[in-house]
Amino acid sequence: MYDLYAKILNILRLPEIIAQLTWAVIPFACIAALMVFVVIFLVLMERKFLAWLTVRKGPNRVGPNGFLQTFADAIKLLFKEDIMSEETNKLLFTIAPVIAFAPVMIIYGLMPFTEHLIAINIAVGLFLVFALSSLTTVGIVLAGWSSNNKYSLLGGMRSAAQAISYEIPLVIAVLSIAVLAGSLNLKEIVTAQSGGLFSWNIFPAFIGFIVLFICSIAEVNRVPFDLPEAESELVSGYNTEYSGMKFALFFLAEYAALFIMSVLISTLFLGGYLPPFNDYLSIILLDNIIKNQAIMDILIHLEQGFWLVAKTYTLLFLIIWIRGTLPRLRADQLMGFSWKFLLPLAFINLILTSIIKLAIQGY
Amino acid sequence: MNKLIENSIKKDMLINVGPQHPSTHGVLRLILTLEGEIIKDTKPVIGYLHRGKEKLAESRTYFQYLPMVDRVDYLSGFFYQAALCYAAESIGEIKVPKRAEYIRLITMEFNRIASHLLWLGSFLLDLGATSPLFYVFREREKIITLFEELTGQRMMYNFYTYGGVKKDFPEGWIAKAIDLCKEMPKLFDEYEAIITKNPIVLERTQKTGILSKELGLNYGITGPNIRASGVNLDLRKSNTYSVYNETDFKTCLAQSGDSYARYIVRVQEMRESLKIVEQALKQIPGGTPEKLKVKKVNCNCNREECEYCGFDSKLAEKKINPMTFKLPIGEATAMIESARGIIACYLVSDGTAKPYRIKWRTPSFSAVQILPELIKNSPYSDLMPIFGSLDVVLPEVDR
Repeated sequence: MYDLYAKILNILRLPEIIAQLTWAVIPFACIAALMVFVVIFLVLMERKFLAWLTVRKGPNRVGPNGFLQTFADAIKLLFKEDIMSEETNKLLFTIAPVIAFAPVMIIYGLMPFTEHLIAINIAVGLFLVFALSSLTTVGIVLAGWSSNNKYSLLGGMRSAAQAISYEIPLVIAVLSIAVLAGSLNLKEIVTAQSGGLFSWNIFPAFIGFIVLFICSIAEVNRVPFDLPEAESELVSGYNTEYSGMKFALFFLAEYAALFIMSVLISTLFLGGYLPPFNDYLSIILLDNIIKNQAIMDILIHLEQGFWLVAKTYTLLFLIIWIRGTLPRLRADQLMGFSWKFLLPLAFINLILTSIIKLAIQGY
Repeated sequence: MNKLIENSIKKDMLINVGPQHPSTHGVLRLILTLEGEIIKDTKPVIGYLHRGKEKLAESRTYFQYLPMVDRVDYLSGFFYQAALCYAAESIGEIKVPKRAEYIRLITMEFNRIASHLLWLGSFLLDLGATSPLFYVFREREKIITLFEELTGQRMMYNFYTYGGVKKDFPEGWIAKAIDLCKEMPKLFDEYEAIITKNPIVLERTQKTGILSKELGLNYGITGPNIRASGVNLDLRKSNTYSVYNETDFKTCLAQSGDSYARYIVRVQEMRESLKIVEQALKQIPGGTPEKLKVKKVNCNCNREECEYCGFDSKLAEKKINPMTFKLPIGEATAMIESARGIIACYLVSDGTAKPYRIKWRTPSFSAVQILPELIKNSPYSDLMPIFGSLDVVLPEVDR
């Protein structure tokens, strides 16, 4: 691909150094575009689905059937005045949304969306994903502290407490995947699950799936674990003082994290971009019709994307459904739930999967 | 050294909640002292919605004041009008026809259900569940539509008058109300299915905000709040002010006195209210308005004890001229079991066209007073669920 790119720039009579410098930027530009696109439609989907759950119509004024509502909201946020109260710590206040937003964006680059659509394919991908996702909390704590608002401070503190108690069962649940796949590379984890529905990791590590699912809801601060922004108690929690684009960054980070967490769960437990059958549908159905290998590759590529999106949106659907149903937990109950229930469960899962792995492979 | 550090760090934090806060149910302001997330001290500040309803009465005639009392509690306006009417009727010794009493009873009980439904939604909103609010609004809408058809208003009804009610049911209203009574219990089952045994709701509400019998009685807590603590205090049973003695219902009690008990009592009360309405709709003297009209024309006997053209099938004793309406010198207190507890209207008349003094006793006022006791030493997250479970309506506190 790089050769093609360099050739194009060469035709345009640009020096090679520009090609080398800009080549690295292209994936990130794509990721940023993907992220915004995903978030805009995820928000729309959530609002529409919640409206359906609560016998309402949801957004239905902007565009056909309210389809452009989130675009309108995003444009409104872009043009809003950026208000900062006098006694805030201006530097930290400005930097906090960036700290919350940037790690999520890097995680997008680490995800294998299809076999070839992976911006940063490194050996410790899984490890890096969790290292980065806990960085988001730092941004939230900073935001809470620097806003100089007591509600925000409480929200930020809650977020820190929540992160500490949820990271541990989360990571231990994921450890079982590393054991099963024998690798921390996300692409290898996916390929280790090839061979149809029953070779997915969800079967040996079902408990781990449940633990990871619950923890990831807590990780992205959603109902019933939306303590940092509990609106009935803390007004809006850590982002009470934020407005305009800074608020939009928090909002974007939250929904982007929600999407990427679902992608991660489907990658780790539901076979990622692999189909639930023994082979790709396009191979099963069209192998005898299409003889051209290049067209076949493109088809398979598209199909991989389809499977990942299907799995991800099923999970997102579940998460939104939970939001429409459950009330919020209290901070101490949340801690108790995590330490007394999820952590032992995660350990049991780790032991079980290790035993299964040994039983299958022998020593 | 440790002590020095301990002293230098100020442990408690003063936090101001309201009057503009998403979930203070209006304009209550609370000054909280927090230690970590534990509430150590609370100071409610009220008066942000004070409209001087009591003083305003002194410069208005009885009929001018009547529409104003609906606004004391915007969620259950019928009760306040009823209390004022009962007080005036007992001073003026105005007899109320039975049909009017039945209409009052039906509207009051429907109003109780509507009020409790809204409470249910906002209580769960305080707990963090957003969707029940929309569901209760769907059901409340049905009741409000019935009220609109009857009174022309959705919230501020101005329907009762001294000596009866202003209008009869419109045609077909009773059939619609009976249909609603049959439909409602299924909807309550729906709520209970997702709320009553929901583990998170149980965890959040059980053993929080425990109101003991003695404390509640000392503070003058009434209504579902005190019934949830096991005190059998129901004016509908003990005072039998309207025609409650002609209907069969039971007082719902719970023993534990926590937020969950208050929830249970209110949900059961809604079912009981439906039963009362259902019976009243069947027993109402004269029957449906269509039937009554026909019978009246055919009967036309004008005897007092006649079922169709006698006193009991009228709406009010006689048409009162609002300009000349006066009450004799005297004073009276009317007490009513409203959706939130006992409301009392103390009315002093000096024989002129205007009341000399009106004093309202409102249940929400007592409920706000007890809040600091209930939330002491509980986490900040429990503040709103406990406050919400008391069913406080702020205009009622400030009047």
